[in-house]
Amino acid sequence: MEINIQKRVLAKNESDADRNRSFFKEKQVFMLNMMSSPGSGKTETLCRSLEMLMPDVRVGVIVGDVCTTNDADRLSVTGAKVTQINTDQFGGDCHLAAHLIESSAKSLGCDDLDLLIVENIGNLVCPAEFDIGEDARAVVLSVTEGEDKPLKYPLMFQVADAAILNKIDLLPYLDFDAALAVENMGKVHPGMPVFELSAKTQEGMEPWIAWLRNKVKEKLG
Amino acid sequence: MHEMGIAQQLVNIALDAIPDDIESPRVEKMNLRIGKLAAVVEHSLTFCLEVITKDTPLEGAEVVIEDVPVSLRCESCNHEWQTDAPAFGCPACKDGQVKMISGREIEISSIELADD
Repeated sequence: MEINIQKRVLAKNESDADRNRSFFKEKQVFMLNMMSSPGSGKTETLCRSLEMLMPDVRVGVIVGDVCTTNDADRLSVTGAKVTQINTDQFGGDCHLAAHLIESSAKSLGCDDLDLLIVENIGNLVCPAEFDIGEDARAVVLSVTEGEDKPLKYPLMFQVADAAILNKIDLLPYLDFDAALAVENMGKVHPGMPVFELSAKTQEGMEPWIAWLRNKVKEKLG
Repeated sequence: MHEMGIAQQLVNIALDAIPDDIESPRVEKMNLRIGKLAAVVEHSLTFCLEVITKDTPLEGAEVVIEDVPVSLRCESCNHEWQTDAPAFGCPACKDGQVKMISGREIEISSIELADD
């Protein structure tokens, strides 16, 4: 006997994500999901971004890692409200699921925030699959990785609303072809804005910050 | 890497679908639909299912996976096409406003119960 089911496996995560979206709408908070492979410079990019955004944009950060509070400690120095999720207690998950964001956002408190940034776990595969209730997604690729990362991990670059190409200060020392990397991102996600910058030297940060400010403004008015 | 979580959800959905009035049910087959762009490794998923279905009505069930191709539609010229390559720009008008119609599915379509 065949029993017809026709159910999406991630339906529960999707409904959790929708509930998060309603919560952030009610609280008037823009939520950005930042994703990348480990070591692309997400935390450094965020630290510099927070310095440029605050205090006129009130920012909170939820940081996801399997273990340690190292990234949260680095981000706290900026004065932003920061909370860490360690997934080792959930079996070392490789991504943040929507229900984890719900509890963290509530414990962080969103009443005094305009922008909540979730620094997802460093991984180009799994986080792309899990909607966490974000308003926008940004993916960070660094020039110490391969130009073909967008082709190898197409879903991540397909679902992103913007991409950052980080560590451009290292380009003179590498064989990395930045134009090819940008072209590959364009193949996977035509029209996606790509911001070439160095969080370390802060070269190229302005257009990225302007994009983010504009996104927050579009939602909050 | 999250196949175990997906396997667990699949098992929960499948077990919920078995009618209560069947005595000692045994599932022979689980029919799944997985999009080519979904971040799921098939052999990893089947391994996880094998492990967690032990001592349940799903133990030993054959897992049949239908691959769902990546289908796209251009929002500018309405051209629809399928692709195997990670290049999602519209081949007709070269525009970038592209919507993915299929290819990200992680679904359970049905289960088949043994008649005994």
